[in-house]
Amino acid sequence: MRTAALLLVFLLVLCFTLAAALVPAFDLPARGRRPTDSAAAVLLGEGRRMFANHFFTKADVYMHSGYYPTIFDGARLHATTQLADHGGAESREGFLGEPRDWLDRFGRNFYISRHTHLGDGAAAGQKGPGLERELLPWLRLSASLDPQRVETYTVAAYWLRTHLGKVDEAESFLREGWRENPESCEILFELGRLTAEQRKDDARARNLFEAALRKWERHEAPTAEPDLTLKQRMLGNLARLEERAGRFDRAIAHLEALKRISPAAAMLEVQIEELRRKQKP
Amino acid sequence: MHSLWPLALVVLKELVRRKDFYVLFVLTALLSVLMGSVNFFNTAQIARYLKEICLALIWISSLVIAITTTARQIPAERENRTIFPLLAKPVSRGQVLMGKFLGCWLACGLCLLVFYAFFGVLSIGRSAENNWLLLGQALLLHWAMLGILVAMTLLGSVVFAAPSSNGTICFIVSVGILLLGRHLNKVALQLAEPAQSIIYAVYFAIPHFEIFDVRDLVIHHVGLVPAGPVALAVLYAAAYVAVFLLAARLVFRRQALN
Repeated sequence: MRTAALLLVFLLVLCFTLAAALVPAFDLPARGRRPTDSAAAVLLGEGRRMFANHFFTKADVYMHSGYYPTIFDGARLHATTQLADHGGAESREGFLGEPRDWLDRFGRNFYISRHTHLGDGAAAGQKGPGLERELLPWLRLSASLDPQRVETYTVAAYWLRTHLGKVDEAESFLREGWRENPESCEILFELGRLTAEQRKDDARARNLFEAALRKWERHEAPTAEPDLTLKQRMLGNLARLEERAGRFDRAIAHLEALKRISPAAAMLEVQIEELRRKQKP
Repeated sequence: MHSLWPLALVVLKELVRRKDFYVLFVLTALLSVLMGSVNFFNTAQIARYLKEICLALIWISSLVIAITTTARQIPAERENRTIFPLLAKPVSRGQVLMGKFLGCWLACGLCLLVFYAFFGVLSIGRSAENNWLLLGQALLLHWAMLGILVAMTLLGSVVFAAPSSNGTICFIVSVGILLLGRHLNKVALQLAEPAQSIIYAVYFAIPHFEIFDVRDLVIHHVGLVPAGPVALAVLYAAAYVAVFLLAARLVFRRQALN
C-alpha cells in the first residue's frame, strides 16, 4: 500500500516536471500562433495541420476529378504544385500503369482510372466553367483548421477571382489570410494581382507588389533556398505596371533586377532595350 | 424456399422494431443537412463535397447495420433457447442459416433504399448534374457487397462465441479490405519471397469489397460502369456468398447448440 502511494506520488511529480519542461517549449504564442476561438483547432491541437493538409489534398483530388495517386502508387501527380501554380503541364498522366493482374484489370471498371480535370467537361459531358466551385469547401475547411497555411488562401483566391467571378469573396479571403499571416509575401502578391487584374487599380496594385517584394527581401531572401520564382513574378508584374504608367526608368530598374535572377536573361535584355528606346524621346 | 420466408420475415420485423437503423438514418440525415447548410464564399450549387460526406455516412451506416443485425442472429436464438423449437419444425440447420441470410440481406437492401432515396433528394436539391442510372448501379453493387458481408458475419457468428467479438472482427476486416484490398498486389510486389507469394495469395483469396464501392464515380459524375463488369461483379459477390454460407453450414451442422 505504501509502495503504491509512493509510486503515485512519483508519477504525479514526473507528470508535473514534464509539463513544466514541455509547455514553454511548445508555447504557441511564442511561435507566432494567435489564440483561436475555433473549437476544432482547440480539440485537434497540432493534429489539425494533418487534417488541413488532407483537406487541401482533397481539393487537389477534386481538381483531377478523382484521378489521384495513393501512397501505394509511389508517385504524386504534382497536382499540388499545379493547383498552386494555377495551371501547368501534366506530369504523370498514367500513374496507374498497366494492370498487374486480372483482378486489377477488372477493378479498374469501378473507380476513376482516366485522367480529366474539373471543368474539362470530359468527365461526363458536364458543362465546364464554374465547376471549380467544388474545390472551395475543402479549401475553406483547410484554412479553418490551419490558418497559417498560406497556399490555401492564394489557391482559393485564384479560383474565386479568375474562374468564378467572386472578386469580393477572393479579396475578403485573402485579407483574412493576411490577418493570420501578416508577414506573408505570397498573400500580398496575390492581393496585388487581384487589384491589378480584376479591380484595374494599378496604383494600389503597385503598392501591394512593392510591399510583397519588401516582405520577400526581409523573410525569404535570407533563407537557404529562397523562392526565386515568386520574386521573378513580383518584378515582372511591377515592371509591367510601371511601363503602363509611363515610368520607363523604374520599369527598366525592375527588369534589370529580374534579369539577374531569371533564366531568360536574353529575352529580358531585348525588353529593356525596347523600353530604353521608348524612354529616349 | 417457402420455409425460408418466415425466417427472413422475422429478421425484417426485428429490423423495424429495433432502433439501430432509425438512429443511423437520423444521424446521417442530420450531419448531411448540417454540412449542406454551410455557406462557402456565397457560392450556390456546390454539391460534390456534400455527396461525398453523405455517401461516406451511408457506407458506414450500412456496414454497422449489416454486421450488427447479422452477428446477433444465431447467438440470440441460442441464448434465448428459441433455436430448439425452431429446429423442431421441419427446417434443417442449413435452411435456418439461409433464412437468416436472406432476412439480413433483405433488411440491408431495405435500409439502402431509404438511404439512397435520401441521397437522391439531397442531390436534386443541390445540383442539376445527377446520373440516376449510375446511382442505381451504386445501390446494386453496394447491396451485392453487403450480401458478402452478411454471409461472412453469419459464418463468424457460428465460429466465434460472442456477437461482440464477431462484430468487431468483421468490422475491422471489412474496413481493412475496403481501404487496402486494392493495393495488396502493389505491396506484395515490393516484398521479397516468401512474403510476396503469401500477400499475393491473400490478395486473390479475400473478397474485394472495394470493387463494389463506386462512390467516386457518383461524386465526380464519371459515366456508367459497363453492364458486363457490373454483372460479373454481382456473380463475384454471389460466389463469395455461396462460399461463406457453405462454410457456415459445415460448421453449424456439427455444432452443439447448448
